[in-house]
Amino acid sequence: MIKTLWTVVQRDLTLALRNRSDLISNLFFFIIVVSLFPLGIGPELETLRLIAPGVVWVAALLASMLALERIFASDFDDGSLEQLLLTPQPLPLLVVGKILAHWLVTGVPLVMISPILGIQYDLSSDVLWILVVTLLLGTPALSLIGAIGAALTLGLRGGGVLNALLVMPLTIPVLIFGAGAVEASASGLGGEGHLYMMAAILVVSLVFAPLAAAAALRISVE
Amino acid sequence: MHSRLINWFKFSSPATFYPLAGRLVPWFTWGAVLLLGVGLYLSFFVAPTDYKQGEGYRIIFIHVPAAWMSMFLYLVMAGWAAIGLVFNTRLSAMMTSSLAPTGAMFAFLALWTGAFWGKPMWGTWWVWDARLTSELILLFLYIGFIALKSSIDDPRRGDRAGAILILVGVINIPIIYYSVQWWNTLHQGSTIKMSGETSMDEVMLITMLIMTFGCWSYAFATALSRVRCIILERERGTTWVQELIEKEEGRGA
Repeated sequence: MIKTLWTVVQRDLTLALRNRSDLISNLFFFIIVVSLFPLGIGPELETLRLIAPGVVWVAALLASMLALERIFASDFDDGSLEQLLLTPQPLPLLVVGKILAHWLVTGVPLVMISPILGIQYDLSSDVLWILVVTLLLGTPALSLIGAIGAALTLGLRGGGVLNALLVMPLTIPVLIFGAGAVEASASGLGGEGHLYMMAAILVVSLVFAPLAAAAALRISVE
Repeated sequence: MHSRLINWFKFSSPATFYPLAGRLVPWFTWGAVLLLGVGLYLSFFVAPTDYKQGEGYRIIFIHVPAAWMSMFLYLVMAGWAAIGLVFNTRLSAMMTSSLAPTGAMFAFLALWTGAFWGKPMWGTWWVWDARLTSELILLFLYIGFIALKSSIDDPRRGDRAGAILILVGVINIPIIYYSVQWWNTLHQGSTIKMSGETSMDEVMLITMLIMTFGCWSYAFATALSRVRCIILERERGTTWVQELIEKEEGRGA
């Protein structure tokens, strides 16, 4: 089981690292979206500190939606996805591997760059930590939930926009608790409750999302 | 055993369901006209004026039934979606796509009438309250389902992809229903309770129930009429539809 998972992760990581421009453009999309808000709203530090959690979280959500389109698409185009479906290994496990690899190359860079973006918004170091922790808990949940939509819209015209339309309503709880935790700790209330909720969402989506995504893949590649 | 199974699935074939739906549509239509007529009369002229909210409260007679129907229709869709995935019946998917526009309409109506009620009572059209937000998500889910169905050209794939999307979204329904208990925000708790004392005038309660059944009849009248169109469109290559058309043409000539 672990070996199968590891093989899939390794394969996807190799493929992603051979094509680095995709990853970098995704990361820069995130950075640019976050940097646009102070330009649009104005440089008052009071306001910026207030909107920072929401802005960083919405930008992370958009960036992961944008990246999700590619999670199955290239395998679908060259036919290797069909081969994956034919293997005797359980499909949900392979899907977990693909999502994990996808998160490692698109989610983790966002998490790592987020403290620097937080400094742009004049967040204190405690709040920066909470921001990193919420993103660390939240971005894998976004990838898991988004994989269902990506599998459903595989190979459709306008797939990217459609995927965003399907997945964004389902990711709203992650956004609410993620930004809520940062806000609560910034205002001195402590964000632990929100963090526990996020961990719960992550666990639930880790159990159910791969099953749904696997079923959706079988339908899409019929 | 075998014959019972056949009876169970008799109406899961579009060919047998089409005439059944045709017979049911007038009943539901007249039921809706009657119930909504009586319900509207009661809600405007008979139900007493609320001592705190004045006449403005009367909007709940459409707001609450619409909100209930938007959740109920989603559950009905989820039921059909599950049946469709398990038994692989064609009719189930046709039912889900015929229910979706009506459900979306009711979700929109609940939000819209809620905004009209909120302006005089809360002093605002919209608040980011848990129940309002989750009802808005429900509307997005309906719209997402309709968008997904219309962008997949292959009907078989569309049916099953739509069914999975509905089943994933069903997690939202308990969140809407319990949102007023879990988060104590601006939207009031439910006045009508299954167990225990209902804190509402009897005339108001009866009016609201009549309106709910009226909306229910309306929903099924429209959904069944719509499913008849979908059946004809999707089954147009089959012999029974050809025979039906020939019969209709013979009658018309």
